[in-house]
Amino acid sequence: MNRSIFRPGSIPWRSALKFLLPVAIIIGWEVLAIILDNQFILPRLESVFAVLINPFSGELTFGSGSLVDNAIISLGRVIAGFLVAAVLAIPLGIGMGRSPIIHELFDSFLQLLRPIPPLAWVPLALAWFKIGLLSMVFIIGMGAFFPILLNTLDGVKGVKKTWIEAAEILGAKERQILSRVILPGAAPTIWTGLRVGFGIAWMCVVAAEMMPGTNSGLGYLIISSYNFGQVPVIIAGMVVIGLIGIGFDYLFKIVEQRSFAWRELER
Amino acid sequence: MTLKIDHLSKRFVKGGQEQVNSLSDISFEVEDSEFICILGPSGCGKTTLLRIIAGLDSPSSGQVLMNGSVIDKPNPKLGMIFQDYSLFPWRTVNGNIAFGLEMQGTKKDRIQATTEKYLSLAGLSGFGNSYPNELSGGMRQRVAVIRALAVEPVVLLMDEPFGALDAQSRNKLQHDLIDIWEKTRKTILFVTHSVDEAVFLADRIVVLSSRPGHISEIVPVQQPRPRDRTSVEFAKIRRHVLELINQNIPVQ
Repeated sequence: MNRSIFRPGSIPWRSALKFLLPVAIIIGWEVLAIILDNQFILPRLESVFAVLINPFSGELTFGSGSLVDNAIISLGRVIAGFLVAAVLAIPLGIGMGRSPIIHELFDSFLQLLRPIPPLAWVPLALAWFKIGLLSMVFIIGMGAFFPILLNTLDGVKGVKKTWIEAAEILGAKERQILSRVILPGAAPTIWTGLRVGFGIAWMCVVAAEMMPGTNSGLGYLIISSYNFGQVPVIIAGMVVIGLIGIGFDYLFKIVEQRSFAWRELER
Repeated sequence: MTLKIDHLSKRFVKGGQEQVNSLSDISFEVEDSEFICILGPSGCGKTTLLRIIAGLDSPSSGQVLMNGSVIDKPNPKLGMIFQDYSLFPWRTVNGNIAFGLEMQGTKKDRIQATTEKYLSLAGLSGFGNSYPNELSGGMRQRVAVIRALAVEPVVLLMDEPFGALDAQSRNKLQHDLIDIWEKTRKTILFVTHSVDEAVFLADRIVVLSSRPGHISEIVPVQQPRPRDRTSVEFAKIRRHVLELINQNIPVQ
């Protein structure tokens, strides 16, 4: 007999605890929905599930496109904005981390931009790029840029001086130091930046898709469902947004554990 | 090979104006295949001295000459082993040993042969695919030594390499280092604050005194190896070196 399953803190108990709150919320929701009996405020579970289990159907969403179609569109936008941000932020972060001149050049300007929430860029984005992919990529990119930049900078500064000196003594040239010491040494922190940046990018895409004139994406789906009074679709859309967010975060974490296990062991 | 440390001085600027003398007029010459220990209390600038010889720091005056040419930047001919090992934690033991050779563009099969050769020299065969963090302090230090050796330096600079280890590992590694030194005939400059370690290892001990660090004496140790720490000769030299160091400790 395996006695450990009876000890609190052992695996079966812990995973059971994880589900306790969601289950309670779902039950509470259903009870409340029955009591309220108003599908425009709190729909019954089954009507939300009806939308969720037909993710390819456009009918239940009243012509706003299926969940899957809209999710793919949102993902495409987020990946575009995220990649633009990463391509700009990682080299800039490395440059700022390595060169005091580059740091001085950019730091105050970036500090000024950093507190501005990505959504505050919406009006300017509309003015500059009109409605469309470009303005969304801009907003998403703004959201993802700073976490990636700051973590890259942090990671590069956290590269031990003796790693670099050891590499120099072993004959590494400046370019080799960059690719063989700075990059791998900073990689775990850069990856954290990418993970956080992706999370923010995902939040931004949903918000950006609520901009006037947009006609696709999960953000559009839930805001148009509000206009149609389709609360089940709103909730189903939110569930999908949450699940995709968790899914990507999980993927980032898996890569982190597989590739950067060495950092866990570093004191 | 000749290594000449020629009137080295190092001043640090502290708080804008005040200058602190760290090293003052250090001169000595190192012979081929010699084992030199640089011994001194903390704060005597012995690490600074080693870093200048390695080309990592620049002296305020004086110079380091190897075969007549000035050392003013890191040079693979002068290998260095750091106090904190400074292994690359994202690389396996093999990857760490191979690093220098990869930088030189050595072919893969040659890298592999060299890596294996040095792993067995250090008694680490079978650990090639481990990561540094999976190894004990003593094993990490061995990896650091063979990583430096793999690029075939002429001189090996070691900065208190065994300082962080327990007494047992330390003794073991001292024996192993002598063993490696006798096999490879490298010239070694070894910084330590342990009198015992210096007397056990060195052909000559450069005794530094502090503030500013200057050479108080260069003590030759002519005892045959392996040295017996309990012998009368050993104790005699150790006492002499201790006296040199105690002379220079300021009264508190």
